[in-house]
Amino acid sequence: MNLDFSQMTPYIPYMLEGIWVTLKFVFVALLIGALLGTLLALFKISGPVPLRAFAIAYTSVFRGTPLILQLMLIYFAVPQLTGYDITPFLSAIAAFGLNSAAYISEIIRAGIQAVDKGQVEAAQALGIPYRAMMKDIILPQAFKNILPALMNEVITLTKESALVSTIGYLDLMRRAQVVGASMYRQFEPLLFVGLIYWILVMILTLIGRRIERRLKASDIR
Amino acid sequence: MIYVDGLVKSFGNLEVLKGISTDVKPGEVVAVIGPSGSGKSTFLRCLNLLEQPTRGTIRISGRDLTSKNADIRAARQEIGMVFQHFHLFPHLTVLGNLTYAPMKVKGFGKAQAEEQAQKLLRRVGLSDKAGAYPSSLSGGQKQRVAIARALAMEPRLMLFDEPTSALDPEMVKEVLDVMKDLAKSGMTMVVVTHEMGFAREVADRVLFLDQGVLIEEGRPDTFFSAPKTSRAKDFLEKVL
Ligand SMILES: Nc1ncnc2c1ncn2[C@@H]1O[C@H](COP(=O)(O)OP(=O)(O)O)[C@@H](O)[C@H]1O
Ligand SMILES: [Mg+2]
Repeated sequence: MNLDFSQMTPYIPYMLEGIWVTLKFVFVALLIGALLGTLLALFKISGPVPLRAFAIAYTSVFRGTPLILQLMLIYFAVPQLTGYDITPFLSAIAAFGLNSAAYISEIIRAGIQAVDKGQVEAAQALGIPYRAMMKDIILPQAFKNILPALMNEVITLTKESALVSTIGYLDLMRRAQVVGASMYRQFEPLLFVGLIYWILVMILTLIGRRIERRLKASDIR
Repeated sequence: MIYVDGLVKSFGNLEVLKGISTDVKPGEVVAVIGPSGSGKSTFLRCLNLLEQPTRGTIRISGRDLTSKNADIRAARQEIGMVFQHFHLFPHLTVLGNLTYAPMKVKGFGKAQAEEQAQKLLRRVGLSDKAGAYPSSLSGGQKQRVAIARALAMEPRLMLFDEPTSALDPEMVKEVLDVMKDLAKSGMTMVVVTHEMGFAREVADRVLFLDQGVLIEEGRPDTFFSAPKTSRAKDFLEKVL
C-alpha cells in the first residue's frame, strides 16, 4: 500500500471549497423541491381532477426514471432545443429541485393523510374554514410525520448531489477528480472527499435525531 | 328546531338510511338507539352535513341544509358535535382547544374567548386543566373537554355520537352528569347512545332505528315498558 497524502496538501483548500459549492446547490434544490413539493401534495390531496392527475403523473415520471438521466436531459437537451446555453449550476438545481419535488410531495401527502380523519371532522363540525383548519390544525400535526422523512430526503440529496460532477459542475466530487487528474493519483483525493461527505451526512443525521427527539418530547407533554 | 323529511343516505349501492322523517322541538332531548350498523351515526352526521344526504330535506332553525346554496359553515356553527373518540386537537392545550374556534370563527378576542373557556371548564368540572394537553387527560376528562369545546361555539343544538362508548366504566357517570346538566339547562340535544338508563331518565323522546328505518319513536316510559313493535321488543330484550 502506498498511500501518500502529502502531495495533496496544496489542493486541500480547493477541495474544501467544494463543500460550500455542494451545499449551496443542495440548499437551492431543496428549496425548490420543498415549494414545488408542497404545491404538488396539495394538488394530490384536494386539487381539482386535472391538477391531481398532473401531480400524480409528475411524481410517477420523476420517481420512475434515473436522476442522472434527468440531469443529462436538462443539461444537453435545453441548449439543443432552445439554443439557451444552460450552466451546470442551473441544470443541477433544476434537475435536483424537480426530482426532489416528486419525493417531497409524497412525503407531505403521506404526512397529511396520516393525521386522524377525526381531526378534520372535529374542525368541520366547529365551522372552521378550510384554510385555517389546514394551517392551524392539520399541518402542525402532519409536520411531526413529515419532518423525519424530510430529513432523510436532505441526506439522500446531499449524497446524490455528487452526480452533478458528470456535467462538470465543480462540486466536492468533481474537485476530487480534478485534483486526482493533476497529481496522477486518484485514490487520496477520493478518500478525502469521501470523508467529507460522510461527515456532512453524520451532521445531518445528528440534527435529524435531535429534531425527532424534540417532536417525541412534545407528544408526551 | 330540527325538521327531517324523507332522509335517504346511500354509500354507493348501500342504502344506509331509508327515508327518515322526524322533528325535534327546541329544548327537547332525543335519544337515538338501535343495533350497531343500523345507521344511527350516519343519521346524526347528516344533521351537520358531515355526511351529504342523498335525498330528503333537513331544516335546522329554519335553515334548509339540503338546498343547493345552503351556507354549511354557518349552519355548523350553531350545531355542536361530540364524537365517540373525542377528537380533541392534540397539539393545543385544553384552553387552546376551547378558544381556537370562537376566536377564528366567531371573531372573539383572546380575553373574551379565555374568559368563556374558563367558565365552561368550571361547568364541566375541569378548571384546573386549562393548561394541560389532551394526552395527559383521562377519557372522561377528554370527553368533558370535548363537550366544553362544542359549547364554546354557543350552539343551539348539540349532537352526541355514543359519547360514553369509548370510556372505561368508571368514567361514564362523570360525562353523563355533564350531559344531564346540559339537558336541564334547556339545550336541544340528539344523543346516539347505548346507555338505556340515560335515555330513560333524561330523554324526552326515544327514536329506535333498525336497518336504516325509523321503526318506532315515543316517550321513554312507554317505549321502554311497552314497545309497540316486535323489533324494538327484541332489541330491548338483548340490551336490558
Ligand atoms: N363512509 C362510509 N362508507 C361506506 N359505508 C358506510 C360509511 N359509513 C357507514 N357505513 C355503513 O353504513 C351502515 C350504518 O353505519 P352507522 O351509521 O355507523 O351505524 P351505527 O352508528 O348505527 O352503528 C353500516 O353498514 C356501515 O358499514
Ligand atoms: Mg355509530
